Amino acid sequence: MRKNLNVIAAYSIMMGLIILVGIFQSWNIALSIFNLCLISAVMTMGANIQWGYAGLINFGIMGFTALGGLAAVLISVNPVQEAWSAGGANILLSIFLIIGIILAVRFVLKRYQKSKIRNYIIVAIIISGIIIIRLVSEPGIEAIEEVNPARTGFLGGLGLPIIFSWIVGAFFAGGLAFVIGKVALGLRADYLAIATLLISEIVIAIIKHEDWLTRGVKNVIGLKRPAPYEVNLQETEWFINIVEKFNSGKLALISDLSERQAALNQFVIEGSSVFVKLCYSGLFLVVVIILLILTQKALYSPWGRMMRAIRDNEEAANAMGKNVVKQHLLIFVLGSAIVGIAGAMLVTQDGLFTPGSYRPLRYTFLIWVMVIVGGSGNNFGAILGGFVVWFLWIEAAPIGLYLVNLTTAGLEDTHFLKVHLIESVPYFRFLMMGIGLLLIMRYRPKGILPEKIEIK
Amino acid sequence: MDFLNAFILLLNYIFVPALAYGSQLAIGAIFVTLIYGILRFANFATGDMMSFGTMVAILFTWYFQSLGLSLGFLPTALLAIPFAILFMSLYMLIIDKFVFKYYRLNKSPPVQLAMVSIGVMFVTQAVVRIIIGPSDRRFFDGEKFLIKANEFKVMTGLNEGLAIKSTQVITIVVTIILVSALFWFLNKTKTGKSMRAYSDNEDLALLSGIDPKKIVMITWMIAAILATIGGVLYGLDKSFKPFTYFNNMLPIFAAAIVGGIGNPFGAFLGGYVIAFSEILLTYAYKKFFMYVLPESMEPDGLIQLLSTDYKFAVSFSILVIVLLYRPSGIFKGKIL
Repeated sequence: MRKNLNVIAAYSIMMGLIILVGIFQSWNIALSIFNLCLISAVMTMGANIQWGYAGLINFGIMGFTALGGLAAVLISVNPVQEAWSAGGANILLSIFLIIGIILAVRFVLKRYQKSKIRNYIIVAIIISGIIIIRLVSEPGIEAIEEVNPARTGFLGGLGLPIIFSWIVGAFFAGGLAFVIGKVALGLRADYLAIATLLISEIVIAIIKHEDWLTRGVKNVIGLKRPAPYEVNLQETEWFINIVEKFNSGKLALISDLSERQAALNQFVIEGSSVFVKLCYSGLFLVVVIILLILTQKALYSPWGRMMRAIRDNEEAANAMGKNVVKQHLLIFVLGSAIVGIAGAMLVTQDGLFTPGSYRPLRYTFLIWVMVIVGGSGNNFGAILGGFVVWFLWIEAAPIGLYLVNLTTAGLEDTHFLKVHLIESVPYFRFLMMGIGLLLIMRYRPKGILPEKIEIK
Repeated sequence: MDFLNAFILLLNYIFVPALAYGSQLAIGAIFVTLIYGILRFANFATGDMMSFGTMVAILFTWYFQSLGLSLGFLPTALLAIPFAILFMSLYMLIIDKFVFKYYRLNKSPPVQLAMVSIGVMFVTQAVVRIIIGPSDRRFFDGEKFLIKANEFKVMTGLNEGLAIKSTQVITIVVTIILVSALFWFLNKTKTGKSMRAYSDNEDLALLSGIDPKKIVMITWMIAAILATIGGVLYGLDKSFKPFTYFNNMLPIFAAAIVGGIGNPFGAFLGGYVIAFSEILLTYAYKKFFMYVLPESMEPDGLIQLLSTDYKFAVSFSILVIVLLYRPSGIFKGKIL
């Protein structure tokens, strides 16, 4: 108990802050901050596994998040039958062709010795394959995108409950991570960072522009929900009763019957959105707790010890007979899969998939700030980092406004400097993140909750 | 068949724009590569440092315009560049003093410095957005075209027009001057040579009495020159928007690595490799083949290898391929 005091203290302060937001702003805002904190926590756990456990830099978090989001779309949206009949055959054929090309390249790689001719053969196979695929897929894609472009224009998904996508998202992201890992993990740390950053941009470009699969920048809206809809809740008997019970004190003060009814309606509307957010919080909490248990178990297992050994001294670990390349690949896939889960959760919560919104600043660099600030190598630290940084990211604007008002109190309201500063309040969050990161890196380089390994 | 028209077509839509864009990337790539070679970290604040320099230049441009100063047919921004460079050097040196110096003296691993540069990226981005705002700004004035498409058609009697924007010419001329001055400095002067020595082998350089403080300071000042000029040229040619500048960091990194990171000449050529492949692979060649092939063989489609949406993806794919087969870049990197 004693040695965990700082963890408990840090988490209580964080929860206290969120509760304060609930009391002073509104419970709705507090809960939406809390939910996104949980999603950020999942992302940071993924990044922390890679960076904290194994020392791998992954600046491609944005790409894995987007793939998780794509999984949510492909699982939950109902299939568009017309599109399938219009161009499904071509698409399926192209997929088989891609598999064929990969098999052919593998065959050539296995069968022939390393030589220039082999390289030329591989290049020839790939180029001719791409040309054939374009010829096959083009008419199919055009046909699919012409099916009711305003509402569908894509193949749709499988029509399953969206919860499944959390697992599928993990597989998508893990699969991509496997490919990237095979290609790029041999690179030095900073090269790996740049390579993953650029690869994630390629992923986003594909998601943005392959309309037949993702609807691209036209966005997919109105995804299914694992939680009830507010409108339905507002009409159910038991929910209204609960709200009435909760607010009985306030309602009793109002004597007029019709006024009381109006007040009750207001409470029901507010309560319904709070209730829906609570449902999400519950689901997300389950994910976070399961992941936390698994990652903690892994950290203290022989496997975790081996990972730390590899991180701290690759050559020594290699000399001890540990397969560094394989373990790096494994941990890269695992961490990315966790990020994929977070991506699917994010889309589930928003109920919409907007490929245009994936930007490296928000989905890669901010997550890295969270990991560094929270404490890399420590799961509790990583989660805390997700909470603290997201809380500041959202609350930076009000805090900035307060500071601007405080420092320019002497100026008139119409003074150009004050007007300009108040207009640019949203950008104070960048300033806060940057200065926060720099201060933490300088004075507490291991993060708020540093890594602490005890052998149990 | 009409080869002359086809040639002008390619010149107009591929060669001239790619040359200008490539020069802008090349300057950025040399900036990245210098920082990497001498200060030994990947600078993720590249794009934002360029946008900071451009912002200062824009503020000076506005000031000069309000004074009524101008360069005639040249943009006023050229006049503002020296002042912007001064400010930018100051900014770079302040950042170095308060942020990077500590890690350099502690001999922190490059990864940590890269992380720190992310912090600098956030701060610079905030400063730029707070001062000038996130919106699109054009600060170009003066003559827009050197040769207009219509004039060219009348002049030569060809079907295809050739339009050359003055910003493109300015970009190319300034790049040539800047890069040759830089290479002269690195190869012929004593300071430049000691910079190369420091980059090649730090311990040996220190042993032979090279002052690391001076090297670092000069590196930051050259970086300031490159960042400001590169940023202003890009802003003149297209427009200034902080977010675009941040995104430009990615092709710039690609150019630096493709050329061999740490090698300024490689970075210079890498910029053009990236720019030309981006434009060559995403251009629709239909019209070109209409001129070159006989009428019976005219193509139906656009003859476009990749849609323009994948412009960025092209450069990144090149980078990935280069990293796989020649991790040290086309020109061997890590020697200045």
